[in-house]
Order: sequence, then structure tokens, then C-alpha cells
Amino acid sequence: MAKIIVDGVEVDVPAEYTLLQAAEAAGAEIPRFCYHERLSIAGNCRMCLVEVKGAPKPVASCAWGVRDCRPGPNGEPPEVSTKSPTVKKAREGVMEFLLINHPLDCPICDQGGQCDLQDQAMAYGVDTSRFHENKRAVTDKYLGPLVRTSMNRCIHCTRCVRFSAEVAGVPDLGALWRGEDMEITSYLEKALGSELQANIADLCPVGALTHKPEAYHYRPWELTKTDSVDVMDAVGSSIRVDSRGREVMRILPRVNEAVNEEWITDKTRQIVDGLRLQRLDRPFVRENGRLRPASWQEAFATIAARVKGTDPKRVGAIVGDLAAVEEMYALKLLMESLGVTNIDARQDGSVLTPVYGRGSYLFNTTISGIEDADAILIVGSNPRIEASLVNVRIRKRWRMALPPIALIGEHADLTYPYEYLGAGPETLSELASGRHSFIEKLRGAERPLIIVGQGALSRPDGLAVLSTVAQLARDVGAVKDGWNGFSVLHNAASRVGALDLGLVPGEWGLNAQTMAQGEVDVLFNLGVDEIDIAPGAFVIYQGTHGDRGAHRADVILPAATYTEKSGTYVNTEGRVQLANRAAFAPGEAREDWAILRALSDVLGHRLPFDSLNALRAKLYTAYPHFAAVETVQPADGFAAVQALANIGGTIGREPFVSPVKDFYLTNPIARASGVMAECSALARELKLEAAE
Amino acid sequence: MAVRKLAPEELQPQSFVLSPETEAFADKEIAKYPPGRQASAVMALLGKAQEQAGGWLPRKAIEAVAAKLDMAVIRVMEVATFYTMFNLEPVGKHFIQFCGTTPCMLRGAGDIRKVLESRVGEQNHVSPDGNFSWLEVECLGACSNAPMVQINDDYYEDLTAENFEKLLDDLAAGRPVKKGSQIGRNRSEPFEAVNTLQDPTLYDGSQVGAWRKRFDEQAKAAETGETAAAMASIPEQVKAAKPTAGRPIESPVADTPAERAKEGETPINPVDQKEAADPSTATKGKSHTEEGARPAPQSSKSYVASPTKDGEAVPSSPTTPEAGTPPAQAETRRDGSESKPAVTVDKDNMTS
Repeated sequence: MAKIIVDGVEVDVPAEYTLLQAAEAAGAEIPRFCYHERLSIAGNCRMCLVEVKGAPKPVASCAWGVRDCRPGPNGEPPEVSTKSPTVKKAREGVMEFLLINHPLDCPICDQGGQCDLQDQAMAYGVDTSRFHENKRAVTDKYLGPLVRTSMNRCIHCTRCVRFSAEVAGVPDLGALWRGEDMEITSYLEKALGSELQANIADLCPVGALTHKPEAYHYRPWELTKTDSVDVMDAVGSSIRVDSRGREVMRILPRVNEAVNEEWITDKTRQIVDGLRLQRLDRPFVRENGRLRPASWQEAFATIAARVKGTDPKRVGAIVGDLAAVEEMYALKLLMESLGVTNIDARQDGSVLTPVYGRGSYLFNTTISGIEDADAILIVGSNPRIEASLVNVRIRKRWRMALPPIALIGEHADLTYPYEYLGAGPETLSELASGRHSFIEKLRGAERPLIIVGQGALSRPDGLAVLSTVAQLARDVGAVKDGWNGFSVLHNAASRVGALDLGLVPGEWGLNAQTMAQGEVDVLFNLGVDEIDIAPGAFVIYQGTHGDRGAHRADVILPAATYTEKSGTYVNTEGRVQLANRAAFAPGEAREDWAILRALSDVLGHRLPFDSLNALRAKLYTAYPHFAAVETVQPADGFAAVQALANIGGTIGREPFVSPVKDFYLTNPIARASGVMAECSALARELKLEAAE
Repeated sequence: MAVRKLAPEELQPQSFVLSPETEAFADKEIAKYPPGRQASAVMALLGKAQEQAGGWLPRKAIEAVAAKLDMAVIRVMEVATFYTMFNLEPVGKHFIQFCGTTPCMLRGAGDIRKVLESRVGEQNHVSPDGNFSWLEVECLGACSNAPMVQINDDYYEDLTAENFEKLLDDLAAGRPVKKGSQIGRNRSEPFEAVNTLQDPTLYDGSQVGAWRKRFDEQAKAAETGETAAAMASIPEQVKAAKPTAGRPIESPVADTPAERAKEGETPINPVDQKEAADPSTATKGKSHTEEGARPAPQSSKSYVASPTKDGEAVPSSPTTPEAGTPPAQAETRRDGSESKPAVTVDKDNMTS
């Protein structure tokens, strides 16, 4: 720690802090454009100038370390002044230079109202210009369907360049030419290839990069902000949903150091138009092979007529990837009261069950824990498309120092180099039995991390694969006091919550695949769209979009998406998070738990709650860990790994295949989104080009 | 600096493969840096690739260098576009870099420029026969032999319109040419009367070691008693001077009435007061009531000077036309063009 005096306030900060960080610690605000906490220091905007006692000129505080300051003549701590007239004058000078070439188009600029330059010009700018020459003009660049450019506004902070090279790991952007002619562009103006590219528009301190899909749609001050959580993957990124009236206008990342830092994927952000399109806004009933709009009463009556005459053994329920804990709990209670044991939340055929303890299906290491791992093995997963922000963490770990990273599964570009061990279970068993050289690196590591993805578990021999991975984890000492390196990576937002609730087939119960193949007569489908249901069964679809599930349904109950209801989601780490309502469901669509409550009444098994609060009270009594919002209840990893390792079984020869075929089209909301369709088409094109 | 851009698509070669020679050079350059730092060799490789491609860098060459160094193409592109030594468009067989900086300009670079314009044509354009292209560059550091040009790797100095014409003729015809000064002087020795460095001993080798000998002799002289006494008078422990470099010099606040009042003096000296009240010595100014061209009130934060003294230049700000006047009939244009220099728009960005 080092002492430093900032504006007369003495603070004690780590010596590696920059003056900017020290000033913030002392409560002084420093304007900045190029500096960003999570990017490397560029020091090129010069807006953060401060005066250091002893230095002949103002210094850029973002690039000057506390340890670089000289103490006073008698050993006093170094003194920094952030508010002196010199500093003000220096910053005004910088601001004047920045504004020389900046167009005066704030009234038509999407950044207006959320613009760093606008805000700081209020503090350091002047109302007139001394610059009578022509302003610089730069042609706009094409950067793909998500980022709109207006390059006249660019102030060359290079945040976007640093983000794409450092965090996203897809170095597409660069600063060409130099001096006044400098231009930010991608190589030959190709579309950006990263699945995190839209973050550069958030990073842009001016309006040079803005979000293309939402261009000219709103002004930031018109929007109502709701903190929520993302459900596009099992990472559960913290988001803020901005809505205007009934409509969600945009989704922004929220800072959550434990999960997403401050990034979100393009899917999380640009799903917005999918929330509006293809929506189911009234109940439907199938008559003579055609779906026709119906009233809630009609729909419920149709269901009740079918369910009442059916043997509970021939009734089943499957739960999709976007369901919140509340409705899954309501469905579970309803099915229990009907005496149904055919219930499953694993539409992809995953073998994970709560039988072996909570530690057997969680990402036990936690996402921020990845930064502590010193050897990483990924089995049957492509984290870049299954959980992009987990991949960002692994990349962050790789950037800090080179840990050995290896992968068994699809040989994909993960944005960091890794040792490719093999494609399938054979390599895994070779590794587990110690015949592979990488085992030495895992054994030598103090905190090895083994990530097993759904590509390895959603297969008939999944349990045996999981058991082998658990044996490996046990052998290399991945689970010990203070470290649990056995981590399961999910890709469905509802999955961990469902497993916590025990939504797996009960005794003699059928699993999702069997139910879909026609082993039941009545199938209750809670938002399952990734599975083909064989003809024959009477299917009740409760969901939000006219997707595959709705097409096969006999009765459609329109429900609310994650932005239209208050719901609990548990992410892959087991972190319980709340999504809040930002808008209302369209038409006659209702919140899921309320639909189930109403249906239970018609079926004659009224669920014991009349409000969401009553439901939650009951839920929290039965499963207390759901009450601990924002936290991870650590699971007993050792027992879980032991239990899994003892299963044994023989594993097949099929190579592991990632369950995510197309990153942009993984769920019904994404498939309804035009922006996602465009991204998907573009990504396919890029893939073809790369393959050439 | 001339506006640079990538060569148009039709001039770009379809492919570019690093020649074995370039590959060997690249491996040698890469070996200079620690493993994993191969990107440090990017400038050397770009230079070599430019040489291989005939003096300029086609897009494919940039991509080839990126592939060789395992870099993202955009990173190599950044380097290639930053440095003006990398030509991104085709150049003539003889690529003339013409120095137009002040010393050359004063010594007649304008004539050279005229020759280039008449013989070769526009800047940045290859002459029809493919022999020449030229580019105005900043100082090449041969000012004492101004004016000069660099053609490919060699300097040609002391140019005049005549000898430069001849030089270009010779180059075009493939005749041998003289590098360096074109008027026969030795490097940058004086132009007319050579008065210095004429001592033949300077060139016959007899001066080698002469300085060393002199130092030795002086050192011997220092061992005499006088020096020893001087050395003895130096105190053993020297107190270092207080380092002041870099510290702001603290000076008392200026002599102000408030300061004086604090000290117990009269805040304002009566003599000063009287002097200040004397209209004949006061700064000449107009009273507020008088008519005069006073600029409009301005924000205190404005940068635009607000002169108040009579007779001083008042910026001739254009008067606001009356509302409703069509712009074409307005006395003064307010579209900003009044302050712009007369610029002819060069759509192709050919000129510097």
C-alpha cells in the first residue's frame, strides 16, 4: 500500500493503482474517454489530466502509477491535485481539441443523453469554436448488422479496438492510417465476427458506434429501467431491461463481477425484436386439425375434458429451457396432485439428475473462480457458443498467465489457444486411466478445473461419461478443501432450477424423449421447442412464441416471456437470480404461474396459492435456497463426485458434439428475432468463408 | 502528407507468395525476437515484401506477412498504413521521393517539382512507360546538399532543373548514373570556396592517435603541485545541493491591496490612486454611453476576443441578415464558408 494525497485527502491505496484509481478512491471524479477498467491502458485521450506536485506538466492520470510518484522533499506522500485551475485549463484544452473535429449533430445522434463527450463538454467545453477550418470527414464503415457507425463522431479512444482484441479475442477492428487521417475499421470492412461485438457500442464514449437494430428508436430518458437477468444461456448475465410503455426497447448489461462483469452476448442484447414478433397473444384450440383462437375458458375446458379421462400413467409434462422456477414449481405441484410421475425438464436428453447431490450438476467452481484455476480441461463443450461469458472468463484467465488448457470435443476456435486432446470419449477414458500426457499437467496443478458440457452428457452413455469425468476429477484432486474444480456447464437457463426442484422422472416415470415419442396420451408442454413430439398425444403447449412447440400443440396457452414476469432463475453456478417484469405480456397472455393456478382449479386440484408471494412463500419453505437471491449455496462437491465416480458404466465411441448448432437461434425468442436471423446468416457465411 | 489509400482492386495481384529469399529473411528476422514475440518482425517483413512486390505492398502481401507472423491481418494493416515508407499503390521502376521541406524549397525544389510534374505527371501516379512515379516527402536529412530527391534506395543531391532532367533521361534509358551530389562535390563539403579540412595530414593517417597523445600529456601536467593543492581544498563530505528541478517555485502572492491591509499598510497608495484617476495617463477607452462598434455581449467562457479599445481591430463579423432574406441575397453568407480558405475540391485526393 502507498499513501497519496489527492486534493488534500490522504488515501492509502495499493502501489500498483494508477492516479485515476487513487483519485477515485479519494472521492475525486476524473473525466476520461479512453480509459476503461477492464481494458488495457491506452492513455491517448488526455482527458484525465491531473497535476502532480513536482511534475512540470499535467500528467495523464490513467497511465501514471501511484508508485511512479516522487515523495516530497521530506518524505511526505506525493500530492495530486485534480481540481486546480491548471487542471481545469488543461482539460478544457483537451476538450477543445476533441471538439474541433466532432460534428455538432447531437440532436440526431443516438448517443444523445448517454454520451460521455456530451456530459463532459458540459463541464469542460465552451460554447464557441475557434476552429475555422474544415472539419475532418470520415466515411462510415460497415461493421455488420449490430453496430452502426458514424465515423465523423469518432474521437479515437480505441476502446472498441482494445475490446475486440483483448476481451472478445476476435481482433477484427483496428485503427488504420495515422494522425488526423486515423480511421477505425475492420479489415476491408468485413462484418465483425465476435458474438460479443455489440459491447463495443456500449464502450464507445461518443456516438461513433451505436446499436444498429435500435437506431433512432428511442431516447434514453424516455425509458423505464428494470434490473433483470438474462435467460438466453445458463450464465444468467445481469441485464437491465429498458422499456417504453408496453414495449421493451433495449437490453443493456449490468455490472456483476461474479457473472458477466459488464459484458453481455449479442443474443442477450439484440433479442429485443424477438420479444415482440411471433407472439402467442390468445389461447388456441385445435379443431379438425386447425388451430383456432379460443377463450381461456374454452381452452381450459378442452384440457380438463382430456385429462380427466386419462390414466395418470399416460399423462406427462416436459419443461423447456426458459421456464422460471415459480412455474416449474407450480407445474410440479399440479402434476403431483394429479398423480403424474412422468415429468422431465431435460428436453436435450441430458442425464444429470439431483439424485447424486446438488454438487453433481452445478458449475461448482463458479464463474469468477475460473480466474483462480491453474489448469483447465474442457470436456464435450464449446463454451464460446454455449456460454460465451464463461469463455470470456477462461480467456481472461489465459491472458493473466498461461495455464494449460485442453479440450476434448469439437475442435472449435475458442479465441485462445488450447491443447486439442481428441474428439470423443476414447480420449477421455485414456486421460482418466492416466495414459495421456495431459494428466500430468492436471495432477501438477494446484487448482485444476474440469468443465463438462452438455455435449458430453446429452447422450445415452452420458452418465458413464459423467462418471469418468468425476473419476478424473477425483484422481487429479480437483475437489478438495477450498477448491471444487468439478464443473458442469449448462446451456439452458431453467435447467439448474429444474434440477433443484427435482423435475426429473419419478419412480417408473418416463423421460422427455420417451414422452415425446408418444408414450403418453396427454403431454403438458411448458415451453419446449427443441424436441419433436410424435403425433398421437394430446399436447398442451404453454409458451410465448409460435415456434415448433406451438405448431404441434392441440391447446395453446399464451404465456409471458422473462421480461414480462417476475421469475427466479438459477444459473449454471447455482446462483439464484430474479428476473423482474419490465413490460406486460401481449393480448390475453398471462404469467405462467397464474395460468397453471387457473388450470389447476378447472382440473379440480386447486394449487394452494393465490398470489406470487404466496407461491414464493411455499417455495421457500420447501426449498430454502431459492430465498437466497444473488448468492450461490455451495454444494457438497466431494460427496457428489464420489457418488458420480462410483456409477461406472461403459462409454461409447461417438465423438462429443456441442448441443448448440447455431449460437443465434437457440430458443424460440431468438428464432422470432429478425436481427438474430441476420446474424445467423452472416455467421454461416463467415464460417463458409473460413472453411474455404 | 499525401493522402494514402489502398490500391484499387484492379491493380491488386491475385496472389502473393513470399519468395524463398523473403522467407529466409523472415525466419532470420523472427529469430531475433523471443519466441511468441514474432510480431515484432512485422516492419522488417513488410519492407522485404514490398521489395519483392516491386516497391509497393499489395493487399495479398499484407495478408501473407500476417499469416507468416501469425498476426491478425488488421494488425499488419495498421502498421502498413501508419508508416509512409510502405507504398500501398504501385510505384514506377524508379520511385522518386522528392523533398519539399524548407531547406530544399529555399534552394530551388520548386524547379525540381516542375520537372517532375512535366516529365512524370501527377504525384502518386506511375508514368505511362512505367519508369517513374514520384511523391513529395518531408525532410530526408540531406539539407546541406539541397535540393535533393531519393530514387529507390539512393540519394541524388545538388539538383538543378537541367541536371535533374538529364538524370531522369539517363535512368529512363538505363544508362549508369552518378549517385549523391550531381555537381561533383565531395559529400557535403562547402559548396564554393573550400577553406577548411584541407590539411593533407587529415587524410594520410598521421593524425591517428594524436588526440590520445594530447590527453596523456595533459594528464601528466595535472600531477604538478598546484593541482594537488587544489584537489586537497575540496571538502571530504560534499553536501548535495537541494534538488529543485521539477518543483514548482513557490512565490508569495502578488502585492495586492488585501495583502497590504493585512500587513497594516494603507491598502492603496494615495499616489497610485491619484495617478490612476488622471485621465491623461489612463488607458484610452470610450465611455459606455458613447456610440461605437461594440461587439455583441458574449459568454464569459467564450474564446472569441472581445476588444474594447477604440481603434483596435474589431473582428469583421458578418452581420446577421434580416429575417426572410433569401440566402442568395443576404449581404454576407453565414454558412461558415466566409472563414474557409479558398479550397478547390480535389475529389481524387491526388494532391498532397
